[in-house]
Amino acid sequence: MTIRLVNDELRPPQPPPRRHLLSVADLTRDDVERLLGTARTFEASMERELKKLPTLKGRLIVNLFYESSTRTSSSFELAAKRLSADTLNIKSVGSSVDKGESLKDTALTLGAYDPDVIVIRHPQIGAPQLVANVTDAHIVNAGDGKHQHPTQALLDLYTLQQELGRLEGLHVAIVGDVLHSRVARSLIQAFELVGIRCTLVGPPALLPRGLGVEATTDINAIRDADVVYVLRMQNERMEQGANYVPSLREYAAQWGITPERLSPGQKVMHPGPMNRGVEIDPRVADSIDSLVEAQVRSGLVVRMAVLYDVLTGGPVGVRALAAAEVA
Amino acid sequence: MLYVKERNGENVVLRGARVLDPAEGIDATLDVRIDNGVIAAVAPEVDAGDHRVVDATGLVLAPAFVDPHVHLRTPGREDEETVASGTAAAAAGGFCAILAIPNTDPVVDSAATLGALIETARREAEVPVGFMAAITRGQKGDELTDMAELAASGAIAFTDDGIPVASAGMMRRALQYASVTGRPLVLHCEEASLSHGSHVHEGSVAAELGFAGYPSVAESIMVERDLALAAYEDQPLHLMHLSAAESVAALRRAREAGVRASGEVTPHHLVLTDEAVRSLDSNLKMNPPLRAESDRIALLDALRDGTIEAIATDHAPHARHEKDAPFEEAPFGVIGLETAFAVLNTRLVRPGLLSLATLVDRMSTGPARIFGIDRPRVAVGATANLVLLDLEREWDVRADGFRSRSANSWLLGATLTGSVVMTIAAGATAYQLVHAR
Repeated sequence: MTIRLVNDELRPPQPPPRRHLLSVADLTRDDVERLLGTARTFEASMERELKKLPTLKGRLIVNLFYESSTRTSSSFELAAKRLSADTLNIKSVGSSVDKGESLKDTALTLGAYDPDVIVIRHPQIGAPQLVANVTDAHIVNAGDGKHQHPTQALLDLYTLQQELGRLEGLHVAIVGDVLHSRVARSLIQAFELVGIRCTLVGPPALLPRGLGVEATTDINAIRDADVVYVLRMQNERMEQGANYVPSLREYAAQWGITPERLSPGQKVMHPGPMNRGVEIDPRVADSIDSLVEAQVRSGLVVRMAVLYDVLTGGPVGVRALAAAEVA
Repeated sequence: MLYVKERNGENVVLRGARVLDPAEGIDATLDVRIDNGVIAAVAPEVDAGDHRVVDATGLVLAPAFVDPHVHLRTPGREDEETVASGTAAAAAGGFCAILAIPNTDPVVDSAATLGALIETARREAEVPVGFMAAITRGQKGDELTDMAELAASGAIAFTDDGIPVASAGMMRRALQYASVTGRPLVLHCEEASLSHGSHVHEGSVAAELGFAGYPSVAESIMVERDLALAAYEDQPLHLMHLSAAESVAALRRAREAGVRASGEVTPHHLVLTDEAVRSLDSNLKMNPPLRAESDRIALLDALRDGTIEAIATDHAPHARHEKDAPFEEAPFGVIGLETAFAVLNTRLVRPGLLSLATLVDRMSTGPARIFGIDRPRVAVGATANLVLLDLEREWDVRADGFRSRSANSWLLGATLTGSVVMTIAAGATAYQLVHAR
């Protein structure tokens, strides 16, 4: 026993495997539960007067944003700061991206500063993976095109768990522009992991073929759901003249979430930013059944948990976290 | 119609190979003597005289391959490929002839541009090259090129590959006028209003990854249109890089009805499906896209039964920095000349899904017949267009191992079984494997 320990100490230290969060598809149910548990621990610490934790002191976290973002970029930045990490925020506008620098070259440049984590949002599918291939940093996907937005899915699970008290057995209807939605793609995988039933509802051209999930164009299908998850109409991703829907007015009339279409006590979620009066009636957005603000609050602690998890690895319970705080 | 630099005719005896020429009905262990580039003897034992002797025991000697679909990128993108590098790659892949696509910069739509290319080929082509010319000026789909003059200047066929002819009326005029030239129309079938802005086959993989879907019907609807026009005008046509089961079914029906239509398929569509795109590797991005397993099976069936007569690589070199980009941003296309035989031997012939004889036929006799090229064959009196193959040799596909100027292969890192040992093209040795045996 003793000899084995000595031998272990003499072994040259192995660099820990690099951990990324690129897609919900890479996560197990255990991973999800660990992350949500860590987030709960952080939420408890947020109730203190001094909210800053020394956990990631000396770490460098780069936020590389190629698309505009309020919620995601601010919560990642604040999450890093609450954990005492150094942050570097790069936006495509006003950087050398403006001068035509390729993603690969930008990643190599930032990689030269040896960041511990690069958080990246990019309009193209697979951009985070490309950055992971050319740098040594841990990569967190903050949204890549229509592909994935894994931290959104995690914060939504966290919100559901906190607000409804359970995940398994819930029924969520996702309504709207599924075709262009990275949030929907991540959510569908996350719901399957934790045993949430999912129904997609939307106009025919905005429901992609071959997703293998229950889907319907009938808005009345939302009635049985515990939660209605409303997607944003992504005008910026719809090319002119594509005619996915005849008009936003027609969309609002047929698929907009109004108080009349909801069942009593049904909760409503939206990843933001909302187009009030299009996919969601303002009376619904501001009602007590709206979980939109809770989602934003969850975003901070879940992103703290994600940064902590990719950097420290392994199962992270309350005790491990306490030890890290002491260190 | 085929152009190559001047080389000395080979004097060689290839001894003891398994000679396989399905079209000539030969499959036997024989010696072959070549005198000044012409096959002089095919017999169980031939007198070598002063000739160089190559011990080909255990190897297969077959008609060399013909690739009807190669992007040589010249003029305009010589950083990606030149006539010299592309034909060297072809030689290493066992090809004795390749046909170049005219979607260059400038487009090959005038006798002057074509003439300059032919001069280049006469200076630097390692194997014979045929040049296709565009159907419409600048491939814009508005005005026909001067097809008769282009044919007289050496164009082997006409195609707007890359930017297909959108208007049915224009396609009809092209079919009518091509009859004057005696050269076939070669069509990339894609209805752009259905495929616009998309990168991956419309199916579960595109749906899950978030890619805009490029549906099968975007190809098959155009195949149906062009076959209907070819039937109405009673003109021949050749369908490029078929990818969808519905397209294959349409081609089969048209041929049964007597339409003079032929088709080709690429190695990647024969062995891969859209599942491969999950890796997000930009070397799996091609047009048409990799499709479903049912499509792949339909293509393989059509290749076996002869509905599809030709294998074409659609060799499409791209600069490294352009492929080193997110999938949607990266250009379409992969290289294929140097891996075509090996990958099909590895993935189809060895597992028993395709006979070696059929593979040789579809890589050699089939494409030669479609384009009116002298069929490469093992026969006394024929110009030597031969390939020597080692069916057992294993080799690794590496970025620094290509003769092509580009390395955008979907097979990087793969180990393949079977390789080209020697290529004799138009009577001269164009390639010989170093360190063989």
